Amino acid sequence: MAQFKLKINGTTREVDVDPNTPVLWVLRDHLNLVGTKYGCGIAQCGSCTIHLGNSAVRACQLPIAAVGEQQITTIEGLSENGDHPVQKAWLEVDVPQCGYCQAGQIMSAAALLKNNPNPSDRDIDAAMDGNLCRCGTYVRIKKAIKIAAGSEA
Amino acid sequence: MTQIRTKIGRRAFIKNTSLAGGGLVLGFSILNACKPGQAEKMAVREMPKEWFEINAYLKIGDNGLVTIMAPNPEFGQGVITSMPMIVADELDVAWKDVLVEQANFDADEYGWQFTGGSQGIRRRWEGLRMAGATAKQMLKDAAAQSWQVPVAEITVAEGILKHEASNKSAGFGEMASLAAQLEVPEEVTLKEPKEFTIIGKSKKSVENEKIITGKPLFGMDYQYDGALVAMVTHPPAFGLQLKSYDDTQVKSMPGIVDVVQIKTLNDGQTRGYFDTNAFTDLVAIVGKSTWEVMNAKKSLKVEWEPISDSTFTMDRFGSQMEVTVPGGLESTTDHYAKMNEMAGRSATTARKDGNPDKAFKNAAKVIERSYTCPFLAHNCMEPMNFFAHVTEEKAHLAGPLQAPGLTESTVAARLGMPIENIEIELTRMGGGFGRRAYGHYAIEAALISREVKAPVKLVYSREDDMTFGIYRPTYQATYRAALDENNDLVAFHVKAGGVPETPLFANRFPAGAVDNYLAQQWEINSNITIGAFRAPRSNFMAGVEQAFLDEVAEAAGKDPIEFRLELLERAKNNPVGENNEYEPDRLAGVLKLVREKSDWGKVTNGVHRGVSAYFCHNSYAAHVVDVVMDGDQPRVDKVVCAVDCGIVINPDAAANMAEGAIVDGIGNAMYGELTFTKGATDQTNFDKYKIIRHSEAPRNVEVHFVQNEIDPTGLGEPPFPPVFGALANALYKATGRRYTKQPFMKDRPELVG
Repeated sequence: MAQFKLKINGTTREVDVDPNTPVLWVLRDHLNLVGTKYGCGIAQCGSCTIHLGNSAVRACQLPIAAVGEQQITTIEGLSENGDHPVQKAWLEVDVPQCGYCQAGQIMSAAALLKNNPNPSDRDIDAAMDGNLCRCGTYVRIKKAIKIAAGSEA
Repeated sequence: MTQIRTKIGRRAFIKNTSLAGGGLVLGFSILNACKPGQAEKMAVREMPKEWFEINAYLKIGDNGLVTIMAPNPEFGQGVITSMPMIVADELDVAWKDVLVEQANFDADEYGWQFTGGSQGIRRRWEGLRMAGATAKQMLKDAAAQSWQVPVAEITVAEGILKHEASNKSAGFGEMASLAAQLEVPEEVTLKEPKEFTIIGKSKKSVENEKIITGKPLFGMDYQYDGALVAMVTHPPAFGLQLKSYDDTQVKSMPGIVDVVQIKTLNDGQTRGYFDTNAFTDLVAIVGKSTWEVMNAKKSLKVEWEPISDSTFTMDRFGSQMEVTVPGGLESTTDHYAKMNEMAGRSATTARKDGNPDKAFKNAAKVIERSYTCPFLAHNCMEPMNFFAHVTEEKAHLAGPLQAPGLTESTVAARLGMPIENIEIELTRMGGGFGRRAYGHYAIEAALISREVKAPVKLVYSREDDMTFGIYRPTYQATYRAALDENNDLVAFHVKAGGVPETPLFANRFPAGAVDNYLAQQWEINSNITIGAFRAPRSNFMAGVEQAFLDEVAEAAGKDPIEFRLELLERAKNNPVGENNEYEPDRLAGVLKLVREKSDWGKVTNGVHRGVSAYFCHNSYAAHVVDVVMDGDQPRVDKVVCAVDCGIVINPDAAANMAEGAIVDGIGNAMYGELTFTKGATDQTNFDKYKIIRHSEAPRNVEVHFVQNEIDPTGLGEPPFPPVFGALANALYKATGRRYTKQPFMKDRPELVG
């Protein structure tokens, strides 16, 4: 066990856990931030996607000891009132079906647009291919990303 | 106007009325009535000081806000929005004034709270309309009484009651208190479809705001003070069982509280149809956090031993049968070899019309083709999980379930506890696809909680989830068709089977359209457990039948849509045999609509098109799939879909579900495969089990609904099965080769030389 100070969603949180504990389980079990989902545990499904700095990372493969001073953003902290352009686009397109993967999808999409404000279809595929959606909402996700990017009215 | 007796909900309504009788009005405090997210939402609006329960489905606030209960569990099909829309429409409340709450499991109030078989809307249609219509009638009665005017002169729109002659009006909230004390009407008037104001107008999912902000909604997110985390270890292969385990090391690992053995079903316990379970002896590791329990699980030392042949009694909704479970460690190569062997043998005849033998002998042309598909795992994105807090007196459970009523019965039987002492909260499900109709994990959670005397959240890892069983079976089908000199289809023969069940539907198209018709089936027993998977059996039969008909149409020199329409014309005007399951006109209807919307017949360079149509789960769906080649890789570019499911409640959400079914169909047809070596699955996680990804999804999907006023039928399943066929037919056009073995990505020509 060890003490960690994490910068999460604009605040600092302290936890006492094994240094190998993946951030996913720190968020879910210790910080009551359950918006970040467990899907596979091996970085193959993207349900646990969070932002580390400006990058989308899989929280299930990120040991807490590797975080250091970097800012973590989870779905709960993406925007104050659920009004990030990606979240708004998700509502407009009515993307979710079961909804379980959508936090991860939104976090990947938000990171994509931060680094590439006008992504092509290929850019979107490349950035989003790590996020599985078993309900098959891919067509709507792509549409929502384009709306959020302002490339589709 | 439709006068309808309030027969279905009568008992429940009377019960509520009597509760509210004697001048007692049921009031709900804001805190009790609202879940956290809704309280926030309501803070924006004006909150009612008091709620009045009119019936089990709705309560009205003194300010006119209406809370509508969504009775069925939600797993992405949108019933948490569409079911309340039906109530709201008959109630004539403005949709903006509606709050929705997921009902917990309560068979007395809500009957069969089952999510599956595309039956939700179909079975609730009348009851939900009556719930809204009776409440509206009671509000009108209350207004008539207050204003001393004839009730027939009162009109209602958007939550406002009006009496024009006396210029009186009131919101629902003003009349709710009185209405709640009135008698439930014996008869109510339901709307004509043209009078609908909410049904048929797209509404956003009522839970989207929570989903996109990461609010706790799912079983996995369930919070309970002092809850421990549990994981179970089950045998690594079908055909094995627990022999012994050594928990000495694990018990001393950080965060570990206990290690216990549980037996999910007792030996000799009669099993229900959804009690499917190959692994009833489990070791459960219980600890303080998920990560610690996951680690401990890896260190648990367990010995397994082979099972012997055994039997159990199954109660299939009243009829008892003996089920045999064979011992042995099965492999996929053996399954295919055995299926191939069975396909060549005589089989059980399920339907025979005319004289197929003679017709095949005299045929000018005979076309024959065999098809196979592998086992599939459901792979819901949210792995199986459940919360349980079991004490001597009662069991409190919460989690994702498609069939809470069935699970509750088994929990009660296994715990030896009266059913009324069991409470089940229904959480949103992160996918279901049939998997969560099998509630073994809820029983496991209950047993672990009882054993460790603490509230427990049972969590499956992805590997646990993928290897526990209850799969879509592997199937095989051989089709033969006979054409005469005029290229008319004169005989049709389907012989199908699988491990461990047959996929055959003997009475579906083209049965009824061919004079000489033979449908046969066979089965190979197995210890690998299977279960309902989005459109069970149809998810194989639709695709292969539609691929075969494509080939027959080609052999007959006919356009594939025209060929099907001719057969459907025959089935309509002069049907062969009895018990034909489908309505030829409606099946023809979706084909005609998809032909029009896809601009069928238009040739586009580099675009290869395939078509299919199928009837299942009371609804009709047709697809045109466009495949383009990316080098030597085929890719689906566009899909046009036509569906006839009667009245569509929430069109945009319905389109979303059809889009999802299409992506799911393409994914499973192209990539889906679970294989076995010596009883163990070769895939245990998404590194080896391939699920369709963004870049493999079609660029564009168009969904069109047949506009009619037929009572709604199902939508979750019907658009899924025919995708496999339209895709196979498009791949044929793209590559010149018939795809007969799923997954198609692996269906490559054998190397020559």
